[in-house]
Parts: sequence; structure tokens; C-alpha cells
Amino acid sequence: MKKNLPILLLALAVPVIALLPLPDFWIAQLNYIGLYALVSLGLVLLTGIGGLTSFGQAAFVGIGAYTTAWLTLNTGMSPWLTLFVGLAFTAISAVIVGIITLRMSGHYLPLATIAWGLSLYYLMGNLDALGKYDGLLGLKSLSMGAIDIGQGRLFFVLCWAILLAGAVALTHLLDSRPGRAIRSLKGGTQMAEAMGISTFRYKVTIFLIAALFASVAGWLLAHFQRTVNPSAFGLKMGIEYLFMTVVGGVGYVWGAIVGAGLVKLLDDWLQVALPALIGTSGSYEVIIFGVVLVLVLKYLPDGLWSVVARKFPKPQRPVNWQNAADLPVRNKPAMGQNVLVVDKIRKQFGGLTAVNDISFDIAAGQIVGLIGPNGAGKSTTFNLITGVLSKTSGRVTFCGEDVSSLPSREISRKGMARTFQHVKMIADMTVLENVAMGAYTRGSSGVISAMLRTNQVEEQRLMKEAQRQLERIGMGAYLHEQAGNLAMGPQRLMEIARALCCDPALLLLDEPAAGLRHKEKQALAAVLRQLQSEGMSILLVEHDMDLVMDVCDQLVVMEFGTLLTRGTPAEVQANPAVRAAYLGTEH
Amino acid sequence: MDFSIASILLLDGVTNGAVYALLGLATVLVFTVTRVIFIPQGEFVAYGALTLAMMQTGKTPGTVWLLLCLAVVASLMELVERWQHHGNAVRALKSAFKTLVFPALIALVSIWAAPQQFALWVQAALSVAIVAAFGPLVYRVAYQSLEAATPLVLLIVSVGVHFAMTGLGLLFFGAEGFRNPAFWDERFPLGPVTLSGQTVIIFGVSLALIVLLWLYFEKSLRGKALRATAVNRTGARLMGISTHASGQLTFLMAALIGALSGLLIGPTTTVFYDSGFLIGLKGFVAAVVAGLSSYPGALVGALFVGIVEAFGAFWASAFKEVIVFTLILPILLVRSLRSGHSDEEH
Repeated sequence: MKKNLPILLLALAVPVIALLPLPDFWIAQLNYIGLYALVSLGLVLLTGIGGLTSFGQAAFVGIGAYTTAWLTLNTGMSPWLTLFVGLAFTAISAVIVGIITLRMSGHYLPLATIAWGLSLYYLMGNLDALGKYDGLLGLKSLSMGAIDIGQGRLFFVLCWAILLAGAVALTHLLDSRPGRAIRSLKGGTQMAEAMGISTFRYKVTIFLIAALFASVAGWLLAHFQRTVNPSAFGLKMGIEYLFMTVVGGVGYVWGAIVGAGLVKLLDDWLQVALPALIGTSGSYEVIIFGVVLVLVLKYLPDGLWSVVARKFPKPQRPVNWQNAADLPVRNKPAMGQNVLVVDKIRKQFGGLTAVNDISFDIAAGQIVGLIGPNGAGKSTTFNLITGVLSKTSGRVTFCGEDVSSLPSREISRKGMARTFQHVKMIADMTVLENVAMGAYTRGSSGVISAMLRTNQVEEQRLMKEAQRQLERIGMGAYLHEQAGNLAMGPQRLMEIARALCCDPALLLLDEPAAGLRHKEKQALAAVLRQLQSEGMSILLVEHDMDLVMDVCDQLVVMEFGTLLTRGTPAEVQANPAVRAAYLGTEH
Repeated sequence: MDFSIASILLLDGVTNGAVYALLGLATVLVFTVTRVIFIPQGEFVAYGALTLAMMQTGKTPGTVWLLLCLAVVASLMELVERWQHHGNAVRALKSAFKTLVFPALIALVSIWAAPQQFALWVQAALSVAIVAAFGPLVYRVAYQSLEAATPLVLLIVSVGVHFAMTGLGLLFFGAEGFRNPAFWDERFPLGPVTLSGQTVIIFGVSLALIVLLWLYFEKSLRGKALRATAVNRTGARLMGISTHASGQLTFLMAALIGALSGLLIGPTTTVFYDSGFLIGLKGFVAAVVAGLSSYPGALVGALFVGIVEAFGAFWASAFKEVIVFTLILPILLVRSLRSGHSDEEH
């Protein structure tokens, strides 16, 4: 349980600090730091892990704060109920903003949140019911029975307990099936979608989680300050939350706390020191903040916590899945049945016909090679079959089902797995975790069970499967290596293992032998034959002719987007048209 | 509401819209060439208006000192980086000098000219020169070494630059607001509305700038080079187009447009050190209408934003900002439905 040591220490430190004879001023400071850290915790998930960002977190804090303020003052509802009303309002607005912006490229979310933060600020400042710019005054402190826990030391314990619970939940989430999906978002959507992951759904999910964290912070803040007014929820504060997260370390859960602490203390100090230095009052601290932000991004893009994290490398994942049950296996087509029928598929990019009415089929247990000179349209054909690109015309039938118009994640769910010409992986996850992503569609546990750690049975089954596939392909020694540290060849093998984890009926390999050494190629050929003997069908794009001629039953030859010929390797080798395509014609 | 009120509001909206259009164009320009979402665009507006206001009072504008400081920082950075890169002190000094010389010249001329109380148009020209000189320096100092970073990182840098520029604006101009004199005091009655000379100037300058930009990008080689950089950075570099130079040129144009916009709106409203942000963001909403990629789209979007703002101010004046900025959500919704699928980020 070495991994949980820092959390345990912090959890113990909180009551100890509360008992220490610290001046009340410092307890209040720690309370604010806890509240800010809770907001930036959400940004760690959204920005650091998911690669999206929001300048509107302060607006969500505002929704949480104003909801509880208005309801407790006007209806006398208990704050313990208004918390959930606030969360509901926050969730609705976050989902609306998310659904509108997250289908488009990444920079629309921050833009929308800027506008959204501004309009909410002016709304709060102009509504009579919310007290205009004066805000709402005279809120009650939080209490449990007769005990006031809304101020001082007891509030400190409450606030930091919530913060630590949030941090723990987030660390749990990141190390889980949905967590791996979330970590894949940053590197573009293609790979994740090919693993059957709905990237859009996860983007909305993390935006929602971040907003909910902010809303809880708002609820706490309202009852701690006992007043709310718009200035705490404006765009400047929204930007400051992002600033805290970036300075602390945008990819690290603990960076949020460090960043919040540092910025709060710096802010207080500068607000006193700078006007004294300059001679007039004004919020000059933003100058320093702006410059520091640019400097941090330039020289320490992973934030302060990255310095600490480098000193303490992640402990190796304990292997606890030997006794886990195997994952269920799908029914595969019987030997010799058609697995894939490609019927006259066509792709036009403007005036260029990249793939021109290509047709072929693959029977169960067959290895088919797709070959052709560079630029023949092989990878485009791949992308058309797997649903990454939309077809201009034509039909693809997979296991008897028409999959022509399905997106790649649906096709992947039906049992078609692929690798990529340029390896796509999550470099800072271990090989095992990367491969476990392939089994995404074979699990079902969600975000909440991941946060609560009730997903362990399924996690162990996924890990066991990942290990099995890695060992099958001869990568058993690399389980705990960081994927980014692997050489090109092993990276490609890892992609094959990942594809195998999906329990596919058809495996599509895009240049699997590129970058492999001779021995590794032989091993790959052996693996392919072994897979074939187990009834797997394989479509292979490859330039290594020795390998292709060695393992393939059938070859499809393309040139300039059109089908040149097809047949057994021997037939193709004898075909003069193929020779001409590869070597040019004799005159 | 009757016809005369409607036409007054319409004129008001279109006038503001013309300025938003310029800012929207600058935003699109900067984004397409450098992938920077340039939040501080509005700061140039405030800097432009306030620099002229300071000149009017006969004082040396604070922006001049800021310009000098920034030029020194930029040329030091140039010196160090060139020297590390080439190991050639002469070349490093040369390029550091090149960075320093123009801003320094502009600053010196301004220091000399400020107390002389020259005619308004001379002061206006000087103000534009001062603020425009900020553009390349800001790019050099904040963005140049991060050219390869993702749009997200560049966006966060933009926020940092915005913070710093707003704070510095407060430092150099103070918290007081200024209203500049109109460039042309004539008034033209036009049916129910009165066209002021300043409005005519706003339309004229906006239109002229838009045409100039169009000519520049369609007809000139440098403009075409910028467009090439926008399409493919690596390709442009292989063709010998420097991405550093393209970035600095783009920022020069953005700052120039910002300063001009500042002069245009200076006589119509009181400008504070932080007024630029909201004005810039409205240009931004206009640019978002255009998907950050189309110039005519940004123009149409800006006029739309201006008109919505004018009518919003009439019907619910307290909520005019709420209306304008909430507008972005339905706009994005339409865009997202029209594009149909998610586009992969590069």
C-alpha cells in the first residue's frame, strides 16, 4: 500500500493541523487554499489529463454558491439539500455547454467558457433577485445538529476532507477503464475511437466532473464567507483557477493543491507589496501573474509538481490478477465463412479518387495482404473499412452485417481491431495499461465505480487479459515499462497486443513489420500464423515482401487507388502487371 | 419602438459592428497564421486610445516607456538565443540591434513630439506607430519560442499576456478613463438619424482596411507567404518562409488594427485601461461566427454582434453584455451541427 502513503499522511495531517495552536488567520488561509484547490482539481482532470480547458470554472463556483445562498435565504432550505440542487444546476449548464462545444476542435470549449463566464457574471451582477453587484448577505454557517462546522478549524477539517476525498477519487479514476479512456483524449480521437471509446462522451463527462467539483467549492465558499457577490465568480477568477493549476502542475492531482497554495499566498503578498512599491493602489499583481504564467509554460510546462514527481517515480503496479476470471469471448465466424466483404468502396477527396471501387473479401482463418507501391491508397482503404473515413460510395459487410455507415467505434465493438501506420499510444502509461485499453469494450465499469474502487474485479480481469496478449506476442518482459520508452519495433508489437485484447474476429495490421529487426520479423510471422491457426482472420498492409509472401494466403494489389490484381502470392509474383507497377516496364 | 428609434439603433449597431469587424479580422488573421487565440487583441485598442489621450494632454504616454522596456527585453532575448544558436557574436548583436532599433526610434520621436502639442492627426499617427510596434515585440517575447506548442498552450499564454498587459495598462495610464476629441465634428442629417463625422470615419477606415487586407493577401507575395504559413507551417518553412518573421508580421498587423480601432472608438466612448478586453471579446464572438477562418464571415458576424448589442441595450440595458456573450452558444451550436462530425486537432 505504498501508493496510498502520501494520501494517508495528508489525511492524518489535517486533524493535527486543526489541533495545532496556529493563528486563526492561517487557518482561514488554509481554508481558502482548500477551496481553490478543489476547483483546480477539476481542471487537472479537464486540462492536464483530458487536454481540454475551461476559463469558466469560476462561473460554476458561482452557480453552486448563488444556488445555496438564494435557496437558504428565501426558502429556508437546509444547506445540506441545496448542495444537491446546486450540483444539479451546475450539471445541466455544464452538459449544455459541453454538448454544444465539444464536438468541435479543442479551442472552442475555452472560448465558449470565456463568453459563458462573462455573461453569467453580468447576469449575477444585474439580477435584482440576486442582489445585483452587492450580492446576497447573511447566509447561515454550515452546522451539524447544534455544532457550527462552518467556520474556523471545523470548517478546515470539513473542507480538506472533501478535497482529499476528491483527490483520492480522481487518482482512482485515472487508474481504471474509464480513466484510461480519458487519458487517451489528449492524443487525438482516432486511436480511442478505434478501441470502441466514445471520445465525445468522455469529453462531456470530464467537463461535467470538473464543473461539479467547482460547484461543491462554491457551496462551501458561500457558507464559509456567509455572503456571495459576483466579483468572486468573474472571468478573472476563472483565469486565476487555471493559473493555479498550470503553476502547480496541470497533469498532477497534487499539483492542484500546491498551485492553489502558492498562488493564494503570492496573491495576498503581492496585493500588499506592489501598491506599496508603486505608490498607488490597484490590482498590479496581475502583471506578475501574467509574466509568471508565460514563464512557467515556457520553462516548466509540467508545473512545479513535476519536479517533485520526478524524484519519486511511480511504484510498479502490483500483479494481483493471477486468479481473475477470463473475460468472455465473442462467437467468431466458422472457418471458411466470409468475415469481410468489401464491395466497390470508393473515396474521393475533391477531384482526387484515392480509392477507386475496390472489392475483395476475406474468409475466416485467412491472412490477406494488401500491397502496392507508396501512394496506392492502401491506408485509405484501411480507414474506409474501419470507419475512420467516410466512404463516397460502396459497401462493407462484416460478419454478415452491413457496417458501411457505422463510425469506427461501433465497428470496433463488432470485433474488428486495427493497428496504425504511425503508432498511436499513450506514452506516459505502461505497456500493460496501453494494451488494456484494447479490452475497453469488454468491460463495463463506469466513472463512479472507478472513483469508489468497486471496479476491482473487472480491472483484474482486464489486466489479466492484457498480460496474456502481451505474453502471446512475446512482450511479456515489458509489462511495466513506460510505453514511450519502447523502441519502434516493440511499440508496433504493443499495438498488435492491444488490438488482440479486443478479441477481434478480424485483425487489420497497418505495416506491422516496419522498424522490426530480422529476428523480430520472424517472430511476428510466427505470431500471425499462430493467430491464423486459432481461426483469426487478418488483413495486412505491408511493404516487407518476404513477410507478405511468407504468411499471406491471398494478396490484393493496388495501384493509384485501383485494384491491379488479386490471387495467391505465387500468382501475384508471376503477374507482369505487378512487376511493372513495382519496378517499371521494360522497353 | 418606431422606425426612427430602430434606425438610430441600427446605425449605432453597425458603427460598433464596423470596429468589431476590424478586431474580428485581426483575430482570424492571427489565429490562421500562428494558431494563437489572441485574447489581448483588445488591449491594443485601449493602448491606442489612451496613448492618444496622453498625447493630447502633452505628456509622454506611458506606453513609450513600456515599449522601450519591451524592446530591450526582446533584443536581449534575441541576442542570447542567436548567440547560443550560431555561436557568432557579431550576428547575434546585429539581430539584437535590428529588434531594438525601430521601437527605440519610435519611442525617441514620441518623447520629442509629445510636449510639442502637434495637430491631432500627427499625434494619432504617432500613437498608432507606438502601439503597432508592440505587436512584433509581444510575439518575440511571449510566443516565438512556443511556436510549436498546441493551440491550448498558446491560448493559456495569451491569457498570461492579457493579464500582464492589463496590469501594465493600469500602471502606465492609471485608473482614470479618457474620451478623445472627434477627428471630424461635422454632422449630416440623414432622414431620422444624424450621421456624425466620426461615424463616417469609422465606416471609411474599416472599409479601407478590409479592402487593403484583401489586396494584401490576394495580390502581394508576402501576403501569400502568410497564407502559406497558415495552411502548412512545415511546408512554408521548406519554401524559405520564416515562421518567426510571419508571426511577427502578423502581430504587427494585429497591433496596427487594434491601435486604429482604439482611435476610432476613442471619441465615441470613455476608454479605461481595461476597456479593451470586452471590446476585443466582441470582435472575438464575431470571429467565432466565422469559425476563426473566414474574413467575410467575421465581417458579417461583427455587424450582427453590433446590431444585437445595440438592440439589447435598448430593450434590457443591464443585460446587454449577457445577451452578446450568450449569443456565442447558439452560434457554436449551429456550427457544430453544420460540421456534423468532430474534427481532429493538429
